[in-house]
Amino acid sequence: MNPRKIGVLGLQGAAREHRDVLERLGQTPVDVRRPEHLFGVDALVIPGGESTTMSMLLESSGLFDPVAGLLADGAPAFGTCAGMILLASEVMDGRPDQRSFSSIDLRVRRNAFGRQLASFEADLEVEGLDTPFRAVFIRAPYVESVGDAVEVLASAQGPDGESHAVLCRAGQVMVSAFHPELTDDSRLHQLWLA
Amino acid sequence: MTESERRVAAATGTYRVKRGLADMLKGGVIMDVVTPDEAKVAEDAGAVAVMALERVPSDIRRDGGVARMSDPEMIQGIQAAVTIPVMAKARIGHFAEGQILQALDVDYIDESEVLTPADEAHHIDKWKFNVPFVCGATNLGEALRRISEGACMIRSKGEAGTGNVVEAVRHLRSILGDIRKIGQADSAELYEWAKVLQSPVGLIEEVANTGRLPVPMFCAGGLATPADAALVMQLGAEAVFVGSGIFKSDDPALRAKAIVEATTHFDDPSILAKVSTGLGKSMPGLEIATLETRFDQRGW
Repeated sequence: MNPRKIGVLGLQGAAREHRDVLERLGQTPVDVRRPEHLFGVDALVIPGGESTTMSMLLESSGLFDPVAGLLADGAPAFGTCAGMILLASEVMDGRPDQRSFSSIDLRVRRNAFGRQLASFEADLEVEGLDTPFRAVFIRAPYVESVGDAVEVLASAQGPDGESHAVLCRAGQVMVSAFHPELTDDSRLHQLWLA
Repeated sequence: MTESERRVAAATGTYRVKRGLADMLKGGVIMDVVTPDEAKVAEDAGAVAVMALERVPSDIRRDGGVARMSDPEMIQGIQAAVTIPVMAKARIGHFAEGQILQALDVDYIDESEVLTPADEAHHIDKWKFNVPFVCGATNLGEALRRISEGACMIRSKGEAGTGNVVEAVRHLRSILGDIRKIGQADSAELYEWAKVLQSPVGLIEEVANTGRLPVPMFCAGGLATPADAALVMQLGAEAVFVGSGIFKSDDPALRAKAIVEATTHFDDPSILAKVSTGLGKSMPGLEIATLETRFDQRGW
């Protein structure tokens, strides 16, 4: 993948951290908060934050439809935590009015690991990486089920004792339940850009 | 479980995990609420989190008396009403209130000067907790002392319950102005800064190297309008707390949403003009010089 210009949705949440990682990788990402910021953007990162807040702000800022259009045209996308929820085809335990882009065929459960005290970091084995990735989960979602075209790259044990997908990819759309932007490890961004 | 599903050395309550939630709240609005219904209004309006408390600061100011941690039943009612993070306040130095709030599974504790302090010399040792803490600060020294005690988020204090943004601006300018000065200091001068600010030299060096506070820096105290939110975001705040300003106004739902939009679009005057229009009356507000109690002078 060779994007001309990566937009990082900056309505709310840890957008700067994603831009910092991408800059370290030689990209020149732009902050997207209004429709005019999408000019020339051909790949999109949706950061962590509160998915309900972002969903509301996507509507009020007039960004929902143009972003949906960009994604429907097949633009590469990387969503982390709230970004994963916004890219998913189905959201459980969300708000009834919460909208998502259906860019990747999976069902995600919001706040699946519990409240903040259940937030954690752990070494994850990731398909395609030689050594574990230190993954930071903050009030994180997990994936309940995936469609046929979706590859599961990493899983973690949920509070129910079962293993759940937390890193998935379908074509050039990648989603993680955790926050690679909160560590110095840029390998997942590289994997997405590869 | 297969090899790829192995979870190695999973750790809860680490500094990165505690600080991480503060990072996720950036660019958002945290709203004071006193009932589950208010919490729903806040969530509907796009709040990133709510602060559950018994009385908003302007009522604490009006009614006087000792202000304490909220009744757990009230906090649980609010936790049940919304899906966004729920914060709650403990008195300065009151680590037992902190322990109770942690047992209630709140998402963040605000060791707050708005409540009556429980200890006139010591703040809570926040490293002992798995739940993250936010603390107020009026200047950089106070902010770094709170961080040295384990705070994972700082909010400039402002003067809560007044609807008057002047103190919030004073505190933000003081903190961010000193950060800019430290960025220009040479290594020998950093030791002098540590003395002047009564803060650990290691944290001063971190500020000098990064040009920012070691934790996210939010703004609180006296914000009442979308313009107030835009002002402090332009000055360098990373998110805002709004207390009495929303539910003491004429139309809380409309104002709450307007402040959320103003916080995101803080640098676009045409959007600010649009969202500021037709909000009805804001909370009345108080002159700082007329106050009997200065909350911002609590904390050490």
